[in-house]
Amino acid sequence: MKLVIIDYGAGNIKSIQFAFKRLGVDAILSNNIDEIKGADKVIFPGVGEASSAIKMLQESRLDKVIPTLKQPVLGICLGMQLMCNSSEEGNTKGLGIFDVAIKKFSKAVKVPQMGWNVIYNLKSDLFTGIKEKEFMYLVHSFYAENCEEAIATTDYEFEYASALQKNNFYGTQFHPEKSGKVGEQILKNFLAL
Amino acid sequence: MLTKRIVPCLDIKNGRTVKGVNFVNLIDAGDPVVLAKQYADLGADELVFLDIAATLENRGTTLDMVLKVAEQVNIPFTVGGGISSVEHVDKLLKCGADKVSINSSAVKRPDLINELAEKFGSQCVVVAIDAKKIDGEWFVHLAGGTIPTDIKLFEWAKEVEERGAGEILFTSMNHDGTKAGFANEALAHLSELLNIPIIASGGAGTIQHFADTFTKGKADAALAASVFHFGEIPILELKEELKKQNIPVRL
Repeated sequence: MKLVIIDYGAGNIKSIQFAFKRLGVDAILSNNIDEIKGADKVIFPGVGEASSAIKMLQESRLDKVIPTLKQPVLGICLGMQLMCNSSEEGNTKGLGIFDVAIKKFSKAVKVPQMGWNVIYNLKSDLFTGIKEKEFMYLVHSFYAENCEEAIATTDYEFEYASALQKNNFYGTQFHPEKSGKVGEQILKNFLAL
Repeated sequence: MLTKRIVPCLDIKNGRTVKGVNFVNLIDAGDPVVLAKQYADLGADELVFLDIAATLENRGTTLDMVLKVAEQVNIPFTVGGGISSVEHVDKLLKCGADKVSINSSAVKRPDLINELAEKFGSQCVVVAIDAKKIDGEWFVHLAGGTIPTDIKLFEWAKEVEERGAGEILFTSMNHDGTKAGFANEALAHLSELLNIPIIASGGAGTIQHFADTFTKGKADAALAASVFHFGEIPILELKEELKKQNIPVRL
């Protein structure tokens, strides 16, 4: 199993690498296009600000490469948001893999949403063996609207898409690498795809 | 529904936990990794490591500890104590810390909050505020609550939010160590004034204190040390009681 975590300078990728290590898989950190294309599975992480992350992807041409990948790709947190059409954060275009826009929570709730919330309406092989309403760890100020590609939803201010899937592309707003044993099961499921 | 978080805080010195920790049969109660794993298994929602003797010389030891915790622990954790530069935060995050907590350094140079939020995102910037109520008014204190300032708590908290903090960890020096309950009035005011999560700290003694800080104090999370470390309040029992009182928790 060759697992590559895309290393484009955004965020805490050590936690993701360690989470896979706990599952017995040594993930490679790389921004090398050939290495990413040649991987069995790809993780697209991201923590930080959307428009600057998109700029970093453009500098390394990864914005063109990621949407063409054929193997299973998992975007986590900002990674998932960047895979969508656009983001209100820095008013940037996204990679356009998921047909949904990223918007900001209003001031009716505390922003960022920080902590453990449940995921439900699960419908994907990413969630094999995962019960409805398990708790996941989330930290985010922007969200994907509920849409056809949603494979999990969460309630905060309203119901939004907390995971997305289109063909070989998967995205989770929550952090499976920080979500205890249930999160580990989701990562295991991804490895088994 | 987003749940209220229970956050054990571990004091660290030279990469080891200090103060007695005695809540389960641990072979090495001084090993932060062993403790952190144990707390994760017992239902803690996240952890805070506070380096109480942070110096330039032992910075490497702390980074090494952060790396080891990140390797083993599958819940989020915050590192605080002696953090005053963007470079230092960069190193801590690269070692796997999810958030950093700054306190005196933010008061001394408030631009640090903006710099950290811009570079790493608000979500990983916790600003800790120690304050004491003197003659009816709350004043910010520095250096673990030992040095008073003339900065007013609520004005500072508002500024901290505007500068980009993602969360505030509020410790009442009047309540800390008393085991008589959290500073719920001040906490509720913070929660109404600000739109970012507030972690309550200082005063936990009973399960009802936690319930009160979530309801009366409107806190988003509650932090405590000794009641957890000495097994006075088992986390599972605490969460079950909170649930009975209709407070949303992760169980």
